[in-house]
Amino acid sequence: MIYFDNAATTKPCRESVEAVVRGLECFGNPSSLHGLGLAAEQEREKARAVIAASVGAAPEEIFFTSCATESSNTVIFGAARSEGKRKKRIVTTSVEHPSVAVCCNKLEEEGFEVVRIRPREDGSFDAADIISAVDGNTCLVTCMLVNNETGCILPVGRAFTAIKKKFPRVMTHCDCVQAYMKLPVSVKKLSADFISLSAHKIHGPKGIGALYIRRGVHIPEFILGGGQERGFRSGTESVPLIMGFGAACERLSGSIQERFDRVSKLRDILTEKCRSLEGVFVNSREDASPYVVSIAVEGLKSEPLLHFLEQREIYVSSGSACSKGKKSSVIAEFHVPERLRDSVLRISLCADNTEEETDQLIRAIAQAQSSLARIR
Amino acid sequence: MKEYILCKYGEIALKGLNKSSFESVLTKNIKRRLSGIGNFSVTRAQSTIYVEPLDDSCDMDEAVERLKKVFGIAKLTKALEVEKSMEAILCDSMDYLAEAFEGYSTFKVNAKRADKKFPFKSPEICAELGHKILEQFPGMRVDVHEPDVTVTVEIRERHAFINALKIDGAGGIPVGTGGRGLLLLSGGIDSPVAGYMIAKRGVVVQAVHFEAPPYTSERARLKVEKLVSEIAEYCGDVVFHCVPFTRIQECIRDKCPEELFTIIMRRLMFEIAQRIADKEDLACVITGESLGQVASQTMYAMVCTDAACRMPVLRPCIGMDKAEIVEISRKIGTFETSIEPYEDCCTVFTPKHPKTRPVLDDVVKAQDSFDFEPLIAEAVENTEVKVIKKFV
Repeated sequence: MIYFDNAATTKPCRESVEAVVRGLECFGNPSSLHGLGLAAEQEREKARAVIAASVGAAPEEIFFTSCATESSNTVIFGAARSEGKRKKRIVTTSVEHPSVAVCCNKLEEEGFEVVRIRPREDGSFDAADIISAVDGNTCLVTCMLVNNETGCILPVGRAFTAIKKKFPRVMTHCDCVQAYMKLPVSVKKLSADFISLSAHKIHGPKGIGALYIRRGVHIPEFILGGGQERGFRSGTESVPLIMGFGAACERLSGSIQERFDRVSKLRDILTEKCRSLEGVFVNSREDASPYVVSIAVEGLKSEPLLHFLEQREIYVSSGSACSKGKKSSVIAEFHVPERLRDSVLRISLCADNTEEETDQLIRAIAQAQSSLARIR
Repeated sequence: MKEYILCKYGEIALKGLNKSSFESVLTKNIKRRLSGIGNFSVTRAQSTIYVEPLDDSCDMDEAVERLKKVFGIAKLTKALEVEKSMEAILCDSMDYLAEAFEGYSTFKVNAKRADKKFPFKSPEICAELGHKILEQFPGMRVDVHEPDVTVTVEIRERHAFINALKIDGAGGIPVGTGGRGLLLLSGGIDSPVAGYMIAKRGVVVQAVHFEAPPYTSERARLKVEKLVSEIAEYCGDVVFHCVPFTRIQECIRDKCPEELFTIIMRRLMFEIAQRIADKEDLACVITGESLGQVASQTMYAMVCTDAACRMPVLRPCIGMDKAEIVEISRKIGTFETSIEPYEDCCTVFTPKHPKTRPVLDDVVKAQDSFDFEPLIAEAVENTEVKVIKKFV
């Protein structure tokens, strides 16, 4: 099996699997007063400390959630509730993941003014565009760090830092899901009040995410109940998944640069080979995250091509996994020509992929070009 | 006192000497449909089927839901069986009527006296019960012309039955009384509706789907299987045939003119369907075609496809607008599944400019330019078959 769909989800690492199992065995409720509860609580806090350190935050600034989607929902609706009475503008981009984009659409329906910054002609974002869209009437700026469909890196740190200088009270949120453990993520350098993180994109388990909230920033809680996570996110904590998250983070956090270099090299080899095939275009920019490579195979439809590769046990994605076959508007935003938009494949890498695997992928794409029916 | 479900037939009641064979099929279908939700006795008398719970394990509400989808039942109602005395009729029915009256304000009482020995005549029963209802439910008024609720009292041999909750059944005639046919199921909106409509006319439906991996996915196939299980709520268990069609499609693309692709593909689908039908002893092919909806569904296109057919092709949606088909598909619960966005084998190879007025001679000539026979035989040979059940 060759797995090139790491932006959809990753294979859990051994450390993470073992931590989840330990967590299931250490079954106490962290809120219980007895020793079993205490043991679970301590495991949870260990994981929190590891994750906090990985983004340069304090442990008490990290809140566990069920997934990054929940983290982002909490921030966007929370910011709208706490500041939105007076300040009606939200600044975001036109290429956000649905977990952010759909929330913004919803608030737009409810009367907010949503400004969506679009990429320039060359498919890059200019920090100045984001900065100039923010005014005194803005309650929230939300911007992803790495795009999930093309790998485009957005100038979040530069934009947020400038915005904070001019309007210190504007809240800043960054969806770091596709950047976390792939590029260095530092909440200070990002000038972010909030960031959303997910475990299953970093070889951890599904069903657990985290939200960073800078100390001193307040938004209302999203889920009420027993007062877990210091009253901010009620519900008995999933200690096994938290431990799995912590273990995955611990395993990867020392090797960000090393893996980045390795994957960059792999990406360069892959894109060069892609370009050597006639009718194959690389949609991702050269300065994009090396972990996501968007290509288009002219004349072939994405889905048959994907299944053709699947028959050869090569797993890739058409657009993003969340859209399950629906056409991606994000691809159009990045100025991919109309004729190629039905033909997009997303190849998303991890450090475990090899050059030999990219060879096999390229050979299979070439085979598909000669045998699959073409779009008329 | 006991709750019953009474099922009234629609068309079967009009049948002549063969009526009892329809009735026995219907009774069997009802029994099969109620399996797994308790012990019921299903009996029939005087053009009505009585579904009687035999113990407390019976889920009466679920039974009503399932019976609403059994063809051959025009109306059904939860009824109350009480002792055959005026006193019982008046006293035991009040809780049941409270449920029936909820949200309504007018009623009338209807009495039928099958047992003429009952000491009260029908008008007397009506008057007594009407009086009691007015006393008990001050919000209700009598309206004999257009009542919201009609309370029916039937005096039968052993018991009296009271019913007021009328529920529409699925109508039609019992599945199994109208022959057996093979439905071409694409995964779109129309074909499940066609299957439903033909089953409604008593036909046992099997289904055939053509899949073309890698152009179509495992998910597309699961979607079709889900559609089959959804129509199985009406049709009963469905035998499902899945035909591997990739090589044939690729050959048509390579060997035949582009504008005739769809027509030739459909002729080959019909050929394969008929061979499956022969094997399974099915008498017709059923499709969801609607006249003029797409290029392959013009009258000229149908002339060309039907020329490849030895058995009748039934097209129950032929005269319907898309909106009408969608309405039925929502009603029977297949719509949401039909619109799931996977590629199906019809969409990948579609020509840019299909012929809407193909000429049969041209089509036959184009098709004959290549020997499809080995591929057809191979496709039939490799067809996967399984039975899809809704209720186990």
